[in-house]
Amino acid sequence: MNAPLLEIEDLCAEVSGKQIIKDFNLTINEGEIHAIMGPNGAGKSTLSYVLCGKPGYTVTSGTVRFKGKDLLSMSTEDRAREGIFLVMQYPVEIPGVPSTTFLKHSVNAVRKYKNLPELDTMEFLKLVREEGRKLGLDNEMLKRPINVGFSGGEKKRMEALEMVVLKPDFAILDEADSGLDIDAMKVVAGSVNSLRDGKRSMLIITHFQRLLNYVEPDFVHIFADGHIVKTGNKNLAVELEQNGYAEYVKVK
Amino acid sequence: MTQPEIIDESGDKYKYGFVTDIEADTAPIGLNEDIIRLISRKKEEPEWLLEWRLKAFEFWQTMTEPNWAKLTYDKIDYQALHYYSAPKQKQAPKSLNEVDKNLLETYNKLGIPLKEQEALAGVVAVDAVFDSVSVATTYRAKLAEKGIIFCSISEAIKNHPDLVKKYLGSVVPYTDNFFACLNSAVFTDGSFVYIPKGVKSPMELSTYFRINAKNTGQFERTLIVAEDDSYVSYLEGCTAPQRDENQLHAAIVEIVVMNNAEVKYSTVQNWYPGDKEGKGGVYNFVTKRAACRGVNSKISWTQVETGSAVTWKYPSCVLQGDNSVGEFYSVAITNNRQQADTGTKMIHIGKNTTSKIISKGISAGFSNQTYRGLVKVTPQADNARNYSQCDSLLIGKTCGSHTVPYVENRNRSAVLEHEATTSKISDEQLFYCQQRGISEEEAVSLIVNGFCKEVMQHLPMEFAIEAAKLINISLEGSVG
Repeated sequence: MNAPLLEIEDLCAEVSGKQIIKDFNLTINEGEIHAIMGPNGAGKSTLSYVLCGKPGYTVTSGTVRFKGKDLLSMSTEDRAREGIFLVMQYPVEIPGVPSTTFLKHSVNAVRKYKNLPELDTMEFLKLVREEGRKLGLDNEMLKRPINVGFSGGEKKRMEALEMVVLKPDFAILDEADSGLDIDAMKVVAGSVNSLRDGKRSMLIITHFQRLLNYVEPDFVHIFADGHIVKTGNKNLAVELEQNGYAEYVKVK
Repeated sequence: MTQPEIIDESGDKYKYGFVTDIEADTAPIGLNEDIIRLISRKKEEPEWLLEWRLKAFEFWQTMTEPNWAKLTYDKIDYQALHYYSAPKQKQAPKSLNEVDKNLLETYNKLGIPLKEQEALAGVVAVDAVFDSVSVATTYRAKLAEKGIIFCSISEAIKNHPDLVKKYLGSVVPYTDNFFACLNSAVFTDGSFVYIPKGVKSPMELSTYFRINAKNTGQFERTLIVAEDDSYVSYLEGCTAPQRDENQLHAAIVEIVVMNNAEVKYSTVQNWYPGDKEGKGGVYNFVTKRAACRGVNSKISWTQVETGSAVTWKYPSCVLQGDNSVGEFYSVAITNNRQQADTGTKMIHIGKNTTSKIISKGISAGFSNQTYRGLVKVTPQADNARNYSQCDSLLIGKTCGSHTVPYVENRNRSAVLEHEATTSKISDEQLFYCQQRGISEEEAVSLIVNGFCKEVMQHLPMEFAIEAAKLINISLEGSVG
């Protein structure tokens, strides 16, 4: 069994005073792919924001360890620099900042944290253009302000580009398939799979089984009422697709 | 350069060092005809200039301070200021070791090379305006070969009186406005540039302004004349040491551009903005105006305004010559309690004149900022064109941004376009950056630099790098 990468114990968290995550427990080992499935509004995205340290998402109790370190005491940017990457459901537009400029700042911030020399512009551009090409993002696209005026598919390709360039140890895909056509989904899934090396781990948050056809999970968890109510293998996702979540969601 | 003893209004001699803590000879406090005579005498000026100053002073006494700008500040007691202060050569610091540590720290943050730091701090006298008097101007010999005159306005008054007499006040007459009128009465020094016919300046001309002496009103006066077919790029940059009390600054820049000539005027303004609570800081009331007198003449203003507690500044273009072009590129940043009311005036008089305004305002902290601009098309200005773009970026919830674009069109053939946007650095944008490992401060700097890019690219290269750093320093601590 591989060493644990992420250990979540008895986690409780709230947003605007409302408890969303309740006694949540999950351990993800190196190299594993976990999928969390659940109905809309169950708080799946909240989990990803809590792990990434988004302001406004307050942990009320519990612990999270990442590579053995106390994750919850780290700043948002340090969690990213430690190797947590969130593929966002709605990537934000940043006018005036070219995608390459943004990515260069990002890559070098992470490298600096790890005491690695910063990449010079030429090295960096070569890397980004090459990876961009694989994702169907041409050089002109890379010069544009990041996400500004991008289509839903283009935004997700940009997220995938950032991910493959940063090569995180742990990637969270939050509804990464929403708004994607089948081709774009294949491309994004391809970059996720390209990162699989037996060490890196992924957490895929989704309420459809679609993406899991292209990125095969080791574990599938059903999330309801703030925590995991059932765990299975990839067949659980297929079963959910057929029967829905009704069985797992308490009648209110 | 040795200074004679200062003489007071009664003609008596003051001893050196009557101002104990500042080593500069300074006129007694207050403003009256005698002080103006003293300034003029001290500078060994010709009679016509003294008369002009006195006329300005007489007119100034009939004027009232303007209050239409969106600025609030303590009433200025014009009788409580010194109107003359000159550095003495022996009092210049001998090395950077003798220079104010805070000042050096700012220089270092800006990445100013040592050699330039020495110039800025007055250790070496390179084209520096130290206090009010230009200590020296370099490159003069090299420029002289081309017939270019680049010197202090005091020297120009002595050595080129006809040129000065012809153009001084011809773009900004002393009757223009309260602050310009005050400047005309009491200006102590500034720069003079004359580019002869057909000459392109082989280098960028620069001058560093610095406010040094306590309670000294600063009244710089700059005059630039570009004859037919000439070109010059002029840089003005400012730094100021920290001061507790407010300092008044009322400068004038006049530019005359003849046929087919072009002047590019770039400013980085970085005077002490006051502390976090708004205590101290420079009051900056500036009149800058260029007259495009010739056909096909062009003036381009680029400014990066980050300093001063209060800024009142509208670099303007009077487009008299047919086909003349006026441009205004501005980045203004206010943080903490700073206030800026700034913009431009484009006055279209000649035919086929075009103007362009790109204004980027960034407000943070408890600051307030107003873009105030006028585009005026006179009846004879056929086919005038203007494009204006005013963008505001807000950081935080406690700052203010206002846009006041005036348009006066008296000619039906004019094509005038105006675009304006207001945006805010959102928490979502900051989170997105931080999730990619970029710190909040770096994220703000990235976003702000992206926002200003269109203006910054009009600055000369080295100036642009310095200005970008300055922007980051100005916004330090503005979030979180």
